[in-house]
Parts: sequence; C-alpha cells; structure tokens
Amino acid sequence: MRKRFVPTLVVIALLGTVPLITSSNVVLNFLVVVLLIALVGQGWNLLGGYGGQYSFGHAAFFGTGAYVTAVLQVRYGINAWPGFCIGIAAGALVGALIGALSFRSGLKGSYFALVTLAFAEVLRIIASVAPVTGAGVGTLIKLDLRPEAFQFQSRAPFYWIMLGLVGVSMMLMRVIEGSRFGAYLVSVGENEDAAEALGVNTTIVKLGAMTISAAITAAGGCFYVQYFLFVDAGIAYGPWISIEALLAPIIGGVGTVFGPLLGALVVKALGELAKLATGDAPGLDLVIYGCVLILVVAAAPRGIAGILSDLGQRVLAPTTAAAASSGRGHG
Amino acid sequence: MVEPLLRVEQVSKRFGGLLALDRASFAAEHGRITALIGPNGAGKTTLFSIIGGYLSLSAGRIVYDGVSIASERPYRLARRGIARTFQIAQPFMGLTVRENIAIGAHLTRPSRADALAAAGDIAHEVGLDDLIDRPAATLTVAGRKRLELARALAIEPRLLLLDEVLAGLNPSEIRDMVPVIRTIRGRGVTIVMIEHVMQAVMSLAEHVFVLSEGRVIADGPPEAIVADPLVVEAYLGRGAAARMIGTGHG
Repeated sequence: MRKRFVPTLVVIALLGTVPLITSSNVVLNFLVVVLLIALVGQGWNLLGGYGGQYSFGHAAFFGTGAYVTAVLQVRYGINAWPGFCIGIAAGALVGALIGALSFRSGLKGSYFALVTLAFAEVLRIIASVAPVTGAGVGTLIKLDLRPEAFQFQSRAPFYWIMLGLVGVSMMLMRVIEGSRFGAYLVSVGENEDAAEALGVNTTIVKLGAMTISAAITAAGGCFYVQYFLFVDAGIAYGPWISIEALLAPIIGGVGTVFGPLLGALVVKALGELAKLATGDAPGLDLVIYGCVLILVVAAAPRGIAGILSDLGQRVLAPTTAAAASSGRGHG
Repeated sequence: MVEPLLRVEQVSKRFGGLLALDRASFAAEHGRITALIGPNGAGKTTLFSIIGGYLSLSAGRIVYDGVSIASERPYRLARRGIARTFQIAQPFMGLTVRENIAIGAHLTRPSRADALAAAGDIAHEVGLDDLIDRPAATLTVAGRKRLELARALAIEPRLLLLDEVLAGLNPSEIRDMVPVIRTIRGRGVTIVMIEHVMQAVMSLAEHVFVLSEGRVIADGPPEAIVADPLVVEAYLGRGAAARMIGTGHG
C-alpha cells in the first residue's frame, strides 16, 4: 500500500542533497525555477492530464496566489507565512469559481481552454489597472531576510521549501491515483457520457479537480513572490505561466506523477542550452520550446514518462517480449 | 395489476421540424425482458437517450419505480439503479478492462481495492476473464460489447437498458451473448433492449414494442409481433404484407 510512494520519496530525497553538494547560486537558481514550473505544471496535470480538461489559463491561479501573498504583506502587514496559505486558498477559490461557471455551462474541449484563457486575461487587465495590486508598477515586497518573513540569506532553504512543495504535490497525485475520485477523474477525461452513465457526477468531479489543481498552481505563485520579491500583472497573470504550466506535463507525460518534474527539467535545460547556443537572441529559446513541443506531440504523445516506461518494460521483460514476438511469428 | 418498473407515457421529442417521437408509450414489467424494435430512424435510440437522461423530452412523462424521472441527469438515474449501454460502445480507451468495470463498481464501493475486486467478478460473469488486464482500446467489437454490458452491470442496476448489444456481432458471438443476457435477467434485473437481431429478440424478449416513425404501432409477445401485418409494412413498405401473403398463396 505504501509502496507506491517509494519512487517519489527516493527522487525527492536525492534532489534534497543537491544544496549539500553545491552552493552554486546558478545551479540552485536553475533548479528552483525547474521545481517551480514542476509544481505549477503538476497543478495543470491534475485537471488536464488526469481529467482531460485542457486549461490555457492557469495563470489565473498562479497570479492570484502571487498577488494575494504580496498584497497581504505589503498593504495589510500580514506575515508572509499565513499570507502564503491564504494565497493558496484564494487560488483554490478562483479555481472553484471559474470551474463552476464553465463546467455548469457545459464547456468542454477547446471552449473550456478558451474560457480559461479569457479569465486569465481579464484578471491580467484588472491587475494592471487596480490600485491594490500596484497597477502598472507592480508590487515590490520589502527585503527582510529572516525566516519569519519567508525570506532567506541563501538559496538552499528556498530550494528545500520548493522541493517540499513539489514532493507534497506528487504524493497528493499518488493518493488521488489510488482513490475513487482519481478513477472518476480519469473516466471523465476519457469519456464524459460513459462516466455519467455509471453514476459519476462529472460536474462535481471536474470542479473538485479544478479546485485542487488551482490550489497547487497558486502555491507556485505564492512561492514565486517570496523568491523574486516582485510581481506585476504580466508576471502574475501573463500567458507565459499558463504555457509553462501545460508545457511541462505535456512534454514530461500527461497524467503521470513524474511527468511535470521531468518535463520542467527538460524544458528548462533546453531553454538554458538554447540561450547559450543563440547568445541570448530574444525569443529564440521560445522557438526551440515550440519545436520540442511539436516533436513530443508528434513522436511521443505520452511524453518522456511514456518513453521511459516503454523502455523500462523492454529492459525489464526482454524475455517475455521475445517470447511474445516469437509466438506471434509462429502463429 | 402490478405497477411496471418503467413506464414511458406519451413521450414526444421534436428536433426542429422533425418529430422524432410522437406520443410514444411503453412499459417494462419487473424482472422481464422487454424489446423495442423498429426500422432504422424509428426513434428507438432517441427514446433510450431520453430515458437515460441524455436528451430532454418535448412532452410526456417517464415514471420509474413510481417516481417521475424525466430530465434528471444521467448520473442521478444511475444512482437510482438505471444502467445503460451505448449503441456505439464507449469504453474508457486508456484504461484496462478491469479499470473500466471498476468505474461502475465504485458507485457502491468507495474503496479502490473493493471496486477492482468486484470488477474481476463481473468480468468473469460476462466472459471477459482472459482480457481483464488488456487496455480497452485493444478489444474487438465483441469484446467492447461485453465490456459495455459488464460496466453497466457493475453499478448493480435494477433496470438495464441495452442499446443493440448484439449489433456487429457474428452469429457465434451472438449465441455466446444470449445466455449472458438471460443470466442477468435471471438475477431479477429488468431489461429493456433495442435490438435488430430478430433471432435474439425472439429467444429473449417476453414482450415486444414496435416503434415506427416515432410512434408505437404494435406490441405483444414476439410470436404475435412478427405475424402482425402492420409491423411487416413498417419494415418493408405499404402493401408488403399483402404481397407476401399473395405470393404465399401463389
């Protein structure tokens, strides 16, 4: 029963040793961003990967988490830690609201994708003019390098907190995978009519998934603010984060626990390599993103996790595979 | 007289200018197999979709177990004990046979392990043991039809709506499937089936309703129905019955 958590725990433990090996800010910074995208992508993965509801607007949740954490501190003097938690709750609430509006009106497929995109854009525009968010200037969090203020002298604590969040999100996926809710969610993603016929309240299942999904992605936004100490409308609600959120799981493997982490690692590594190779020509790394996405969708629709599991099966069971193919040959 | 489990009363359905169902009525008695037959386009599947909650009705009433159920959502009907299969099988392609059935079994079993175990038993009942860990996408048409049936059974229904579970099967597959359906009935499940395969209708159904152009034009035991000139004409065109009798005499 507990066995299914082992691979996740091993990977998280191994990643946890990185700050002990290196104190290079470049490496840690890179990995923090990778983990941040993995977390945001894990949120997307629950709704899009398991539930088949492709959102183009996860920025709505990321941004809400980021803004709520920042604004509570800067304008209301609330400590960053409770601010962090309230940010996650606020993201979940936004997810529930957008979910209720779109699922109750029966929006599916590309319509759902477009509506989520529209919500994120509306929030971006509101945030860029509303005084409470600092409008066009954005919100800057005062430098206060104390753990009580959720700020740290070195990158290592940030890294471990981020890793912890990713670890929790992955365990949560495992729990959901082994639950009735998870099974229902997958069935909804596969075929809603068939799921309904079997007694699945598809609206509630999608709504639940969207709320949890939004909470996970919002946690990424809350963390972003504490790490970079700045947020504006473009960062919080811009399309960049919606794209990162779906790119990582799609490349890593949708509907798998490790997909978002693998995808984030590969995408970010490629991005860095592309930047090195192209000498920072603006936008060229995005071109490479695009090419990788096309390649993955065309050649490996199940992503890196899919390729790995196919390879694993071939390596682990070469005898049975050989037996099967020879059997087929004789037949 | 005992109240039937399902009573469809004067149901009409209009799609724009097309009257797909015109005051259609039928009833399904407890524990019996009722068949709904009729030529293509008669409105059989439309009627099923309305009973199953996938389409709204324009007029009429549907009473199940003494309660009016028209316009309830499919998942609520499933929780009331109404299961259906789809004419074109709708397996969850990415899941295995066992996982497919478990989705239905979850209705009464919250635990994943219980649902998966129950799925194994149901697979055995419909003869899917050998394929239980195969992805549903790899099943043949016959396999998918069995899977449809298995999933529907997994919710432990009182009323089972079968939409052409025998269509697309070859004669030997049909011979295998008929006893499965009979066994389900034997457990006290009330069955309403849409079916084109007359051999199966004749051997399974206890009461047949004939739908043509949205209306119920005849009903009765299967032997009486096949001899009814109205029914023959619905299938073969006006005057066909007379001509057939004519050639019979000639």
